[in-house]
Amino acid sequence: MRHLIKDKEHLFRMAALFVAGIFMFVILRAVMVPKGFGTLGHYRPGALEDNAKKTPVFAGKPACLECHTDMVEKQKGSKHAAINCEACHGAQGVHATDPEKKPIRPDPKAVCLVCHTANVAKPKGFPQIDPKTHMEGGPCNECHAPHHPEKGPEKPAVQEAKK
Amino acid sequence: MSEAKVDRRDFLSSGGRFLLLTSAAAAAYEHVLAGAPEKAPNYKTTEHWWAMTIDIDRCIGCGNCVRACKTENDVPIESSFFRTWVERYHVEGTEMERPEVDSPNGGYDGFREKYKAGEGSKDFFVPKLCNHCAHSPCVQVCPVGATFVSPDGVVMVDKAYCLGCRYCVLACPYGCRFIDPRTETVDKCSLCYHRITKGLTTACCETCPTGARKLGDLKNPNDPIHEFLKNHKVHVLKPQMATGAKVFYHALDGSVR
Ligand code: HEC
Ligand code: HEC
Ligand code: HEC
Ligand code: HEC
Repeated sequence: MRHLIKDKEHLFRMAALFVAGIFMFVILRAVMVPKGFGTLGHYRPGALEDNAKKTPVFAGKPACLECHTDMVEKQKGSKHAAINCEACHGAQGVHATDPEKKPIRPDPKAVCLVCHTANVAKPKGFPQIDPKTHMEGGPCNECHAPHHPEKGPEKPAVQEAKK
Repeated sequence: MSEAKVDRRDFLSSGGRFLLLTSAAAAAYEHVLAGAPEKAPNYKTTEHWWAMTIDIDRCIGCGNCVRACKTENDVPIESSFFRTWVERYHVEGTEMERPEVDSPNGGYDGFREKYKAGEGSKDFFVPKLCNHCAHSPCVQVCPVGATFVSPDGVVMVDKAYCLGCRYCVLACPYGCRFIDPRTETVDKCSLCYHRITKGLTTACCETCPTGARKLGDLKNPNDPIHEFLKNHKVHVLKPQMATGAKVFYHALDGSVR
């Protein structure tokens, strides 16, 4: 015991060092661990809000139908009725919040081919056409109304051709 | 010189008490700093458990989902960054082990005809995305807790906290993660968290014309996903990895990796 007490000087120094170390640890930890970390799990709960705060770019079909109420009637009975508007019209979140910003109309030929161009990997039951040979490759909306393709467009002559 | 009052036992016990108290004080201080956790209105994370169903028999490979995802989530347009992408499989006869797979620009521009019908082969599209695993390997390897499973079952990235160490990119068995070159942090499908918390579906499901992919809430008893899972034989990718994947594929071929 004697020699231990004689050398107590260095013990105090070491203890001081320990205390300083622990103090530093506590401070650094408080500064570096993000707010609320661990309250929900091993993560920062604020990340949930970070991920949720972005504004949607696609408005969703219900939003479109709020204003374009005639569309339900127009598409009635069509196989296209189940397709959401923005599948063809692209993201219209901006237009839906500010109708002044008019969307560009989709090119009625290019847009159809995105889905209907024949491909062996497509499910066999899906209606597919070869754009080069199907009706001499005319503009699709001459014979198919985009919103109701089974029905011809307004032009009666084409309706005849369809029969 | 007087006899010392402190023996080893005393020293250890008081030292131990000191350590215990400081750590308790640190924990308490942390709570003071944290304040009350903020809450989103009307959306309760504990009331949802998100999943997705993908019907291979309906996917036409139009690429709407890939384009919509990039638009919605501001994903870099270059052809190596995808949160979702579509693969085309070409399996000849019994060559289950060696399918021919391609995904030109992730399916962003659609698929040009490459194979001919009637060659005794099988062709189909497989859309892929983060499987939002309940026991995700990517979450387990993150050294800082910057990726995690949210209470509503979405595997999420905390971009403000990610170091960009790439452990999770390597750990994901499905190849669903990439490093965003603009921020040098990891990026992946967030299941459009900013949409699903507002009552919308994901951008990919919104623009899918055939209903091949559908978002579902497993905690909502009225969600059509329950009907789908009841009436279809489904499969997840790499079930042997026991990741608890929550993207359920119907009509998935055995050749799909
Ligand atoms: C707040 C009401 C509102 C909402 C919501 C809305 N629109 Fe519109 N939309 C309008 C108005 C008003 C016009 C202009 C009509 C006109 O000038 O004839 C328009 C025009 C259009 C046009 C035609 C542009 C043209 O060239 O004539 C398209 C296409 C369109 N909207 C698509 C959409 C889609 C898709 C959505 C859903 C994302 C949507 N709209 C949501 C009000 C709305
Ligand atoms: C299959 C693709 C497709 C879908 C789905 C679709 N549209 Fe269209 N839409 C078109 C095309 C193509 C045009 C351009 C027609 C033209 O220029 O002759 C168009 C034009 C329009 C127009 C302007 C002209 C018009 O006919 O009034 C509006 C408004 C519109 N769409 C709204 C909608 C809304 C709302 C929905 C969802 C309920 C929807 N569309 C779904 C393809 C589509
Ligand atoms: C986003 C994908 C998509 C686009 C774009 C699209 N269609 Fe369709 N189309 C479909 C789907 C899905 C069906 C329904 C298929 C089914 O139910 O079997 C369909 C059905 C049809 C049918 C009915 C076929 C039948 O079996 O009776 C016609 C005709 C048609 N589309 C023409 C068009 C035309 C013309 C355009 C361009 C204006 C177009 N489609 C654009 C997805 C699309
Ligand atoms: C001259 C008129 C005409 C034009 C132009 C036309 N179609 Fe058609 N389309 C028809 C008729 C008539 C049918 C129904 C008879 C049939 O199945 O061949 C049809 C059927 C279809 C079908 C259903 C095929 C199936 O297997 O059920 C699709 C899809 C289609 N058209 C898409 C298009 C697209 C896309 C374009 C533009 C590239 C287009 N059509 C241009 C007249 C036309």
